[in-house]
Amino acid sequence: MQEALILKRAKQRSEFRNSVVYHIVVLVIGVFMLYPIVWLFSSSFKAPDQIWTTVRSLVPQEFHFENYATGWQGFGGISFATFYKNSFIYAGLGTLFTVTASALVAYGFSRVKFVGRNFWFAVMLMTLMLPSQVLLIPQYIIFSRLNWLNTFLPLLVPRLGGDVFFIFLIVQFIRGIPIELDEAALIDGCGKVGIFFRIILPQIKPALVTAAIFSFYFTWEDFLGPLIYLTNPHLYTISVALRSFSDPTGVSNWGGVFAMLSLSLVPVLVIFIFFQRYLVQGIATTGLKG
Amino acid sequence: MNEPAVSVPAHSAVDHQTVQAATGLPARRKNFKQNNLVGYLFVSPWIIAFLLFGLIPIIISLGLAFTNFDILAGGKFIGLDNFQRMFFQDIRYGKSVDATFRYVFISVPLRLVFALGVAVLLNTNRRGVYWYRAIYYIPSIIGGSVAIAVMWRQLFGREGLVNAIIGSLGMPTVSWFGNPNTALWTLIFLAIWQFGSPMLIFLAGLRQIPQELYEVASIDGANGWQKFLRVTLPLLTPIIFFNLLMQMIAGFKVFTQAFIVTGGAPLDSTLFYSLYLYNRAFANYQMGYASAMAWVMLLVIAILTGISFRLSSLWVFYETKEA
Repeated sequence: MQEALILKRAKQRSEFRNSVVYHIVVLVIGVFMLYPIVWLFSSSFKAPDQIWTTVRSLVPQEFHFENYATGWQGFGGISFATFYKNSFIYAGLGTLFTVTASALVAYGFSRVKFVGRNFWFAVMLMTLMLPSQVLLIPQYIIFSRLNWLNTFLPLLVPRLGGDVFFIFLIVQFIRGIPIELDEAALIDGCGKVGIFFRIILPQIKPALVTAAIFSFYFTWEDFLGPLIYLTNPHLYTISVALRSFSDPTGVSNWGGVFAMLSLSLVPVLVIFIFFQRYLVQGIATTGLKG
Repeated sequence: MNEPAVSVPAHSAVDHQTVQAATGLPARRKNFKQNNLVGYLFVSPWIIAFLLFGLIPIIISLGLAFTNFDILAGGKFIGLDNFQRMFFQDIRYGKSVDATFRYVFISVPLRLVFALGVAVLLNTNRRGVYWYRAIYYIPSIIGGSVAIAVMWRQLFGREGLVNAIIGSLGMPTVSWFGNPNTALWTLIFLAIWQFGSPMLIFLAGLRQIPQELYEVASIDGANGWQKFLRVTLPLLTPIIFFNLLMQMIAGFKVFTQAFIVTGGAPLDSTLFYSLYLYNRAFANYQMGYASAMAWVMLLVIAILTGISFRLSSLWVFYETKEA
């Protein structure tokens, strides 16, 4: 009896020790992961002349919220209000187009039988391997001939075709929905279009949320597209604007730069905090890059 | 919030189909008649976009690769001159290939080792794992942004945080961007820092490994490390292969980080392929030459993918499906 108790205590102690070691290890890695981001946000509150003199401290001596006001004024007489407006236009419409089209296409591939379905699906998956660099130059030539430079059209119009990753994600999701639901609706006189809107669409909401979040991230952080197509500073999105704003040869107000860098991450982080469950699932099912 | 049932939708879908295949039932029942018009209507957005913004540009690009096309001056057919210049005359091209291969073949394995190590660490039922997983994933969702690239540049700058920490440890500070080797490593560190996506994919794979296998291994007297080598690793090889392939392809395409953090400097040591291609096409307007570069990239990625699949039969372990 006594021995059993001692053994049990020893086991509990070693489990407790293991648990402490585990959490220390995992926390230390976590600190390394978040340290640069915390440093960025902390620097955005420091006095501009103290950012590089107190570079090691994570807590500002005093909080200089005015960095956000001075940074917001932007450059060349264009404030960040313009850049945010542009980014929200691009990311908002881009996401709307991508997700809507992806849902329609995914339904066609997964629930409607038509000649050539397998062929087109295979072609679609093959385009995943195609480096976008091959398309970059001819697309630029086409869009410049159409006089679409310095408009959002080159960035938005191709998104009306959906995105292969999201189509694949939604196809996988639709395949998990019992076909009996479709059959019941068919008996009730629903056509293919009706089945999509009444049966499938309500069921695939989680997949649509996942696609919408990733699509928003990709467009919000897109740099190469706006860099090539939007050369007029009034049309700059956040990413292109931040690049000019933080040009190391021209920056005098580092406080403002750090404030605007931090601010640009806020929409991404807020969405992550509320919807991280969808992101984790999306990556696990499709191997989406993030 | 509960733990999400990772990858359940995909798997139940696969099971659904394999069951249908095994029982000989048609995947679509008889009242699901062929419906060409409706089918093509639904998939038409993708097909039209593919033809206009995919197929036609590919054909144009292939044509351009054999011209000296310039967006301002036009161009004419020059045969294989672009390729000849690329492989035999353009010294910067060679440097750019060198930098890209170095970057890909160093950063991808390191990133995957971190991803797998952390995934194994997080594959427990301990309290707080859900939050750790979220924290480790945060760098990956913001890592592709310009803001993070600028931050990285300042972190490794002369007066940056990294040098400040090194200095306070009494070691000499490093001119990270002044030296070809260290400049490349700042970008490799940035890549490793973003191991979140492969980590999540590994985690989903680890959850699929039947617990009984570990119990059997324990009975046979295997310790933790042996279980990892003999059970976990073999069963994960399909996922390791998938991650390796995807990360490799993504690595060849890296642009924003190099453009912002180093701009290709010093001495073209970080002049990644995509960056050089962009410079040729949009700074020098040599779009014929850049198109030829893009086709070489396409072929190299295709060949490496092919080789990877060939080699995979040597080390990737696929479970045989039980009847």
